[in-house]
Amino acid sequence: METAIKTNTLKDKLLSQFESSKNSLFGNLQLRERAIESFATLGIHNRKCEEYKYVNIDLMLKGEFAFIYEKLISGKQIEHTKFLKDAINIAIVNGVFNEGLSNIKSLPKGLQIINIAEATSNETFQKHYSKYADVNSDSFIALNTTLANGGVFICIAKGSIIETPIHIINISSTKENIIINSRNLIVVEANSQVRFIESFETIDSSAKTFTNSLTEMVIEDNAVVDYYKIQDEKEVGYLVNTTQVNQAKQSVFNTNTITLSGSLVRNNLNIVLDGEHIETHLNGLYLTNGNQVVDNHTLVDHRKPNCNSNELYKGIIEDKSSATFNGKIYVRKDAQKTNAFQSNKNILLSDDGTINTKPQLEIYADDVKCSHGTSTGKLDADKIFYLRARGLSETSAKKLLMHAFASEVVDTIKIEALREYVEEKISKRFE
Amino acid sequence: MLSIKNLHASIGGKEILKGINLEVKAGEVHAIMGPNGSGKSTLSAVLAGREEYEVTEGEVIFNGKNLLEMSPEDRAREGVFLAFQYPVEIPGVSNVNFLKTAINEIRAYKGLEPMEAKDFLIRLKEKQKLVELDGKLTNRSVNEGFSGGEKKRNEIFQMAILEPKLAILDETDSGLDIDALRIVANGVNKLKSKENATIVITHYQRLLDYIIPDVVHILYNGKIVKSGPKELALELEEKGYDFIKEEVGA
Repeated sequence: METAIKTNTLKDKLLSQFESSKNSLFGNLQLRERAIESFATLGIHNRKCEEYKYVNIDLMLKGEFAFIYEKLISGKQIEHTKFLKDAINIAIVNGVFNEGLSNIKSLPKGLQIINIAEATSNETFQKHYSKYADVNSDSFIALNTTLANGGVFICIAKGSIIETPIHIINISSTKENIIINSRNLIVVEANSQVRFIESFETIDSSAKTFTNSLTEMVIEDNAVVDYYKIQDEKEVGYLVNTTQVNQAKQSVFNTNTITLSGSLVRNNLNIVLDGEHIETHLNGLYLTNGNQVVDNHTLVDHRKPNCNSNELYKGIIEDKSSATFNGKIYVRKDAQKTNAFQSNKNILLSDDGTINTKPQLEIYADDVKCSHGTSTGKLDADKIFYLRARGLSETSAKKLLMHAFASEVVDTIKIEALREYVEEKISKRFE
Repeated sequence: MLSIKNLHASIGGKEILKGINLEVKAGEVHAIMGPNGSGKSTLSAVLAGREEYEVTEGEVIFNGKNLLEMSPEDRAREGVFLAFQYPVEIPGVSNVNFLKTAINEIRAYKGLEPMEAKDFLIRLKEKQKLVELDGKLTNRSVNEGFSGGEKKRNEIFQMAILEPKLAILDETDSGLDIDALRIVANGVNKLKSKENATIVITHYQRLLDYIIPDVVHILYNGKIVKSGPKELALELEEKGYDFIKEEVGA
């Protein structure tokens, strides 16, 4: 099954895709129409747009793309993607929730997982859907809101402690170029606790996948959320991953974005601290090689007083790959007594690699503690020599140092099995 | 064990070592003393294989093998150990993990199986005691946040673990208070055997009260200008390096 459109520009194709499919898409059509208006104005961001200066998505999306590609995948084929023994697995194949490949039959009390296309009558869904990701702020948000055709709605009821981690597995598998617009809404109600892992993988694919994935997350009063992302698509994968988080008072949000592969990965992580005494930790690690392009844009928006945010992103850049870190922190006028810290560190292993790093602090309050720092360097020759002088080969000395560099981020992963999985991936990568 | 003949080395085109000759036999302790800038640290760096230094002339034979042709790691695997004057801090690499990797790479080089985890732990505990190193330090990252004395003790600890044939102590006494100095010296003395040798490089005679050398060499302006029994160190301490300058007519 496919619906390929042959028109001139990608923008035109996307607009006409909406026209032809709008009556079969879930939810409120008016909302989608507002979104497409915005998309029509914004167009697909390209290098001319300051925020997308280092990723040429337009160029990567040349050629024909379909919007739906249904492929039969067996449980066996995706077994290795369910890398946590003890987890609630949610499989999303080419942007669409696949219940058969998920294991959500007996969920713990207080946890609700629904195919997003079937959640539109849910009150909580209606209250929050598309209320946080602003269609006028970014063309990929507009595009996703226009064309979203799959994903999940997850709700954690008030006061629920969900012990088992919830693993959202995004699988792309196709023989034709496809554009995926998957959409999730996660609502974590007051006083509850939950841990998420979201992974991005490619299976049995011979064509390009452009995934424009958007997750809105609402964290209500006093709730605690850990959210780990593992991005490990193959070379055919092009990913724009937007995460829009809204935190209410006294909530805690810990997030970790690990990017291991994929031709293009653009992460937009926007967090609004919309209450007092909120705590937010953002960590990221990107290991790039080949011709890979990885771009992490983060926005931490301190709107209320007495909140803490702490951000650490680290990267190792090899070959001709390029990595970008752009970290914005807003401290609004009312957000007195804010503590906001940010750090970005990079190791550049090749002469042809590129790192662009841009910390941006905008502070409108006068009683705050904020800092940011960035560094880019090579592996330290003195350290390498020291290790070699004890009998380690040059290769294993470098490996050990790269591990040490990455460990500062990896060690913040609190789920042991996940940390081990990531460490193993990193080890393989450095071999 | 070690035979250095007419060794010349330079860095950035500047000649530092200008013809070193030195014979060290198994079981011996040699002290190399000299004023600042005489080439002491260059000698240890060249022996350990630092690539910034260029050997322009001469040879170094270690147990029948040409040391200068070996990579730094192969020198270590053959049994050369350099205790650094300034040990580097390596955040994120635990001492234990680092030493285990080192031991097993040395064993692999010799065609041996990796060491059993249990045996490794036993060795770790035993040697920790030898240099009175706090167990907490061994679990921390290599030298990270260690005091000067702890770093030096950690060097001797690593030496104890790796059991080298030739240990070169590069100014191990610099910056040590007397208690730390005793601990370090005691560690070195306990590791001494008929099969291994030690070269102690130092500016001051003080360390040689605790590690008694068989031979003392005086390095000056890139050459060994005088060798003698341990009393030479005392003479040097008393008269200062100026007496050497006069003696060699520089």
